[in-house]
Amino acid sequence: MKTNKIFISGDEAAAYGVKLCRPHVIAAYPITPQTITVERLSEMVEKGEMDGEYMHVESEHSAISVCMGASSVGARTFTASSSQGLLYMAEGLHYASGGRYPIVMMNANRSVALPWSIYGDHRDSLSLLDCGWIQVYVEDAQEALDMMIQAYRIAEHKDVLTPMMVNLDGFILTHTYELVEIPDQQKVDEFLPAFVTPNKMSFEEPKNLAFSSKPDDNTEFKYQQNQAVLKSIDVIKEVDQEFEATFGRKYHDMVEEYRCEDAEVVLVAIGSVCGTVRVVVDKLREEGMKVGLLKIRFMRPFPEQEVKDLAKRVKAIGVIDKDISFGYEGTVYTNVNSAISKVENYVYKSNFIGGLGGRDITKAEIEDMFHKLYAGLDKSREEKVEFFSLNVETNE
Amino acid sequence: MNKVLDIPRVNAKNMTDKEFFYGHKACAGCGGSIAVRLALKVLGERTYTALPAGCMSAVGFIFPQMAFNSNAIITTFPGAASMASGIAMGAKALGQKDFKTVVFAGDGGTADIGFQALSGMIDRNDDVLYICYDNEAYMNTGIQKSGLTPYGTQTTTTPAGKNLPGTLTHKKNLFEIIAAHDIAYAATASIGYPQDYLNKVNKAKHTKGASFIHVYASCPTGWGTPTETSVEIAKDAVDCGLIFLAEYEDGEFKLNRNPKEFASIPDYLKKQARFKHLSDQDIEIITEHRDKKWSRMRKHWL
Ligand SMILES: Cc1ncc(C[n+]2csc(CCOP(=O)(O)OP(=O)(O)O)c2C)c(N)n1
Ligand code: SF4
Ligand SMILES: [Mg+2]
Repeated sequence: MKTNKIFISGDEAAAYGVKLCRPHVIAAYPITPQTITVERLSEMVEKGEMDGEYMHVESEHSAISVCMGASSVGARTFTASSSQGLLYMAEGLHYASGGRYPIVMMNANRSVALPWSIYGDHRDSLSLLDCGWIQVYVEDAQEALDMMIQAYRIAEHKDVLTPMMVNLDGFILTHTYELVEIPDQQKVDEFLPAFVTPNKMSFEEPKNLAFSSKPDDNTEFKYQQNQAVLKSIDVIKEVDQEFEATFGRKYHDMVEEYRCEDAEVVLVAIGSVCGTVRVVVDKLREEGMKVGLLKIRFMRPFPEQEVKDLAKRVKAIGVIDKDISFGYEGTVYTNVNSAISKVENYVYKSNFIGGLGGRDITKAEIEDMFHKLYAGLDKSREEKVEFFSLNVETNE
Repeated sequence: MNKVLDIPRVNAKNMTDKEFFYGHKACAGCGGSIAVRLALKVLGERTYTALPAGCMSAVGFIFPQMAFNSNAIITTFPGAASMASGIAMGAKALGQKDFKTVVFAGDGGTADIGFQALSGMIDRNDDVLYICYDNEAYMNTGIQKSGLTPYGTQTTTTPAGKNLPGTLTHKKNLFEIIAAHDIAYAATASIGYPQDYLNKVNKAKHTKGASFIHVYASCPTGWGTPTETSVEIAKDAVDCGLIFLAEYEDGEFKLNRNPKEFASIPDYLKKQARFKHLSDQDIEIITEHRDKKWSRMRKHWL
């Protein structure tokens, strides 16, 4: 097969992916580390490489609002944000999912102020887990590009009609250069047909949209919305299979298991840190330890079945969280734990919180996590939520 | 040059019998609903209407009873202008032609929370007509003060008492703030002067790019006025000079009505429960403010 590989950053890969999807309207507001994506898209529009319109909005709130407006007449839309910008959009995020507008967004995961930090963690998107969007977390630039294409197929599916957020770790992915294959436009056009929806205003069939509901019917609307997000699990699987058949790359739909077949102890993570965990898994495997990685790709809908399947087979599960729900535990852990609680066998669990505000998570730290999970197996360590590698004194 | 002056005038005879806003739950005598109804008659079928949270969206879209007979959508409270921009651009990108996108937003939705998006919309010159129906308070949430609530108004967040006369600030100078964007067309209007309003909507309809109308729209519930006097009160406000009729076009301001003598301010105020408490001194402050404004307008806009 002829390949077309170029050396680009994660942000640029996302832009190339979006371009191939031919959105009608792009509306975004700059914020580090998302900026390169919107700069590249602006250049593509300027050069005439893209037919879409780029709207220079004055804020993220308007960016999501413009996307909703364009989507409400049947246009394909794209926006991108990060951190403070994503939070500024929050009202619109709920509005877009409730209105069932299949907007696709790139979010460059970044810490949330205060203290200010432009570097990466997952506190921005995870704090908006309940806003009704499908959330996927990618591991490298190629996945970022490919997921843009998959995202439109998933979001615009008639049974789903739900917006989708593609999350890329700030700097670690957005600003790191990799060789990325750019798919053929004709193949993308075949894979991703034009957006057709009954959920739009038109002069042939005028509609009143985005209405109010009474207590009598609000729950029913929300039930249907939840069903649609649950239904996307099947769609995600179908789309990934078809993507593999068309483009030759596969992302293992909801989760990817790495060396988990006979594993006793598994670390669960989202995003780019999975790459480091893989390296550590390989090393420890060589030393004879039965360890593995569960890369969670989709946080919403949540891969409950996949986590349960794993929990039935293993003895200990650790969860890395680059976030903290203050006063409790990491959000990925809370979700994983809920799934684990539904299996009958006992699994030792622990939560490792760190990598906040851009701090690197090292191989040594990950190796240490595996050792702590083994310590849990011989009862020399309690289950716990632990901030790892702290530089302040703790009284724990 | 803006060619909008050549368009035929709208009047009761040549206006459509079709209704685009009916069966809604607005209070009897609601001035906002009159502003929406009349404008949609001028704009016609090929219109996308966007309304932020506020009375007009609250009374028009109660599922399953939809009150708009043409395309309409509720936006977030701060996002009316930006959603309308998206509609206009999305429809254009899909190849649609000969249509108008219109916003009907309250005074709060326009001069306060929605102002950033509105400023962006005008700055980009998006093809949207933005109509602010001004009932001088946040009515939908129960009559709270907005940036367009005039001095002395009693609202639920500016109660008048021994220490305060109600609202302490004057109305934001919205029309001139909008004009300062160098917008292609902006106007003020009142539902008390419907013919003037209709023709301003018609001008805006034929303006390419962003246009803006600030229409004074009485609210019997929030103002404490009899429901049958809504149009009359909106006319009184213009006649006493507290509300003015003007246009901004091709970079020039124009005063449409310049009465030799103003009708009485106290007569206008005393008809409304929201002003009942005002002292002579308060009325003096209001009158002075009016006179200053008019001397400025007469000097520069005639
Ligand atoms: C972000 C946000 N803040 C507050 C509200 C509550 N809210 C809804 S309508 C409204 C007042 C609307 O006032 P105005 O724009 O003047 O329109 P009116 O109701 O007077 O017609 C308020 C405060 C909201 N819906 N969204
Ligand atoms: S409260 Fe005022 S603006 Fe709201 S519907 Fe009633 S009359 Fe109209
Ligand atoms: Mg109001």
